[in-house]
Amino acid sequence: MQVYLPIAEMSVNALTILVLGGIVGFLSGLFGVGGGFLMTPLLIFIGVPPAVAVGTQSNQLVGASVSGVIGHWRRGNVDFRMGLVLLVGGLVGSVIGVWLFSVLRRIGQIDLVISLLYVILLGTVGGLMLAESVRAMMRQRRKAGVRRKLHQHIWLHGLPFKMRFHKSRLYISALVPVAIGVLGGIAVAVLGVGGGFFMVPAMIYLIGMPTAVVPGTSLFQIIFTTAVVTVLQAVTNHTVDGMLAVLLLAGGVVGVQFGTRFGSGLRGEQMRALLALLVVGVCIKLFVDLVLPPDDFYSIVVPSQT
Amino acid sequence: MTRLALGLVVLGLTLAPARAQTLVADLTSHLIAITTGFTGTDVVLFGAIDGDGDVVVVVRGPETPVEVRRKERTLGIWLNRADMTFAEVPGFYSIASTKPIAQLAKPEVLERYHIGLEHLALVPVDPGDEIEQFRQALVRNKQREGLFPTTTGSVSFVGSRLFRTTVSFPANVPTGSYQVWVYLIRNGQVQGAQTTPLLVSPLGLSADIVDFAYRRALAYGLIAVAIAALAGWLSSVVFRRVS
Repeated sequence: MQVYLPIAEMSVNALTILVLGGIVGFLSGLFGVGGGFLMTPLLIFIGVPPAVAVGTQSNQLVGASVSGVIGHWRRGNVDFRMGLVLLVGGLVGSVIGVWLFSVLRRIGQIDLVISLLYVILLGTVGGLMLAESVRAMMRQRRKAGVRRKLHQHIWLHGLPFKMRFHKSRLYISALVPVAIGVLGGIAVAVLGVGGGFFMVPAMIYLIGMPTAVVPGTSLFQIIFTTAVVTVLQAVTNHTVDGMLAVLLLAGGVVGVQFGTRFGSGLRGEQMRALLALLVVGVCIKLFVDLVLPPDDFYSIVVPSQT
Repeated sequence: MTRLALGLVVLGLTLAPARAQTLVADLTSHLIAITTGFTGTDVVLFGAIDGDGDVVVVVRGPETPVEVRRKERTLGIWLNRADMTFAEVPGFYSIASTKPIAQLAKPEVLERYHIGLEHLALVPVDPGDEIEQFRQALVRNKQREGLFPTTTGSVSFVGSRLFRTTVSFPANVPTGSYQVWVYLIRNGQVQGAQTTPLLVSPLGLSADIVDFAYRRALAYGLIAVAIAALAGWLSSVVFRRVS
């Protein structure tokens, strides 16, 4: 069934969008990443203008993450206290990010910076996670049953402003999650994504949170950042397509429930390895696009829309 | 554009002062309504000419500036290194004629009336060295989007004086005011010209969404967030019931 998207000014097959929303929602529920880093390129690929793709999928992420958080919350896997601390950093970061975005745009290489940032971030994060999770799986196979330490204490945790996070069984400096939130917020504004693909590993490896509470807490924080971004996009750029968002949501909220369910049956290191593979895959795709000669060296844009 | 349009009409009339009504044409519909189920549409244009001659129909969409960018390899990476902005590029351009236009008139004549893609006036804001490459790239990209149809449509005669043609608009057709130009060409000269307006506009639900998104942007954004949050909550309730 063909449906006309009024803001994107194009017609799409409703089923394609539903399936797309469903797949990204599934991954979102499974890993606690918003899936923006997958959805934006997919929407652009089917012909949605990049600005509309970014604006609309942030709206869809609000719904997907609400659905995901409720799923995780019922299983007792959301650390609200940690989420709020991350959010404080996130809001500061998004203000910095918006400023950074306008500076980069003035210099004129925003597209390149976005692509390179994606490749560097996804490559580093994905590579590190993949290596760590494979090591963890091998270690477990070798000496099953040996109880590991709850988490590693690193020097970062000794900084001032210590806070107790019961759910995560941590007593660490609040500066660590705030700083991670700031970096995540910058990613949200500059890259137009929820920042989950970067927050999740940071929460696991830098904060040392138990893997089980990470997706729920990450999604909790993503609800607010994506909501702010959606409103900002709607007001400044008019790039939120209501019709597209509803279609993506319908697929997404169903997918995310299946994802949450499927995820609770997976072991932590397996889940991390899968997410790492996904992240590395997207990174390789982006890198190849940067290096391979394009089909047409020329492209066109309407200046007011970019 | 309106000034240009007016000028051409005056020109067309002065070329045939004795017979003001050498050419009449009209569309079956002057409004293309973009509704939720819009997947592109056809509009029929019909008309009559006085005596013999050939007919060319040109459809032009609303003009906007367009920036053309070129990627170049730098340190192994393909970057946008050069760009050129063209001032008034029609959002849609299609042409139909009774015979291939090259047989109808000399390039100078076609150039004067912007008939045919290669005679379309595309003027860069800052003329640089490689205007032709950028111009071709612009046309090529528009064609890939289906907005500058590559095939010349046909205008067919019904009897000796009546003619008709079908103009096809794709689903991604830009909204706005269109101009449909009909030219009568005889002995290699434009003997008559007529222009008819055509409006491509959202209607119904899609129009309401566009209107709301632009007029009350803050409310639109807040409602969009609220709907998303509600949908997320609803799905989790439904799923708990199911399992």
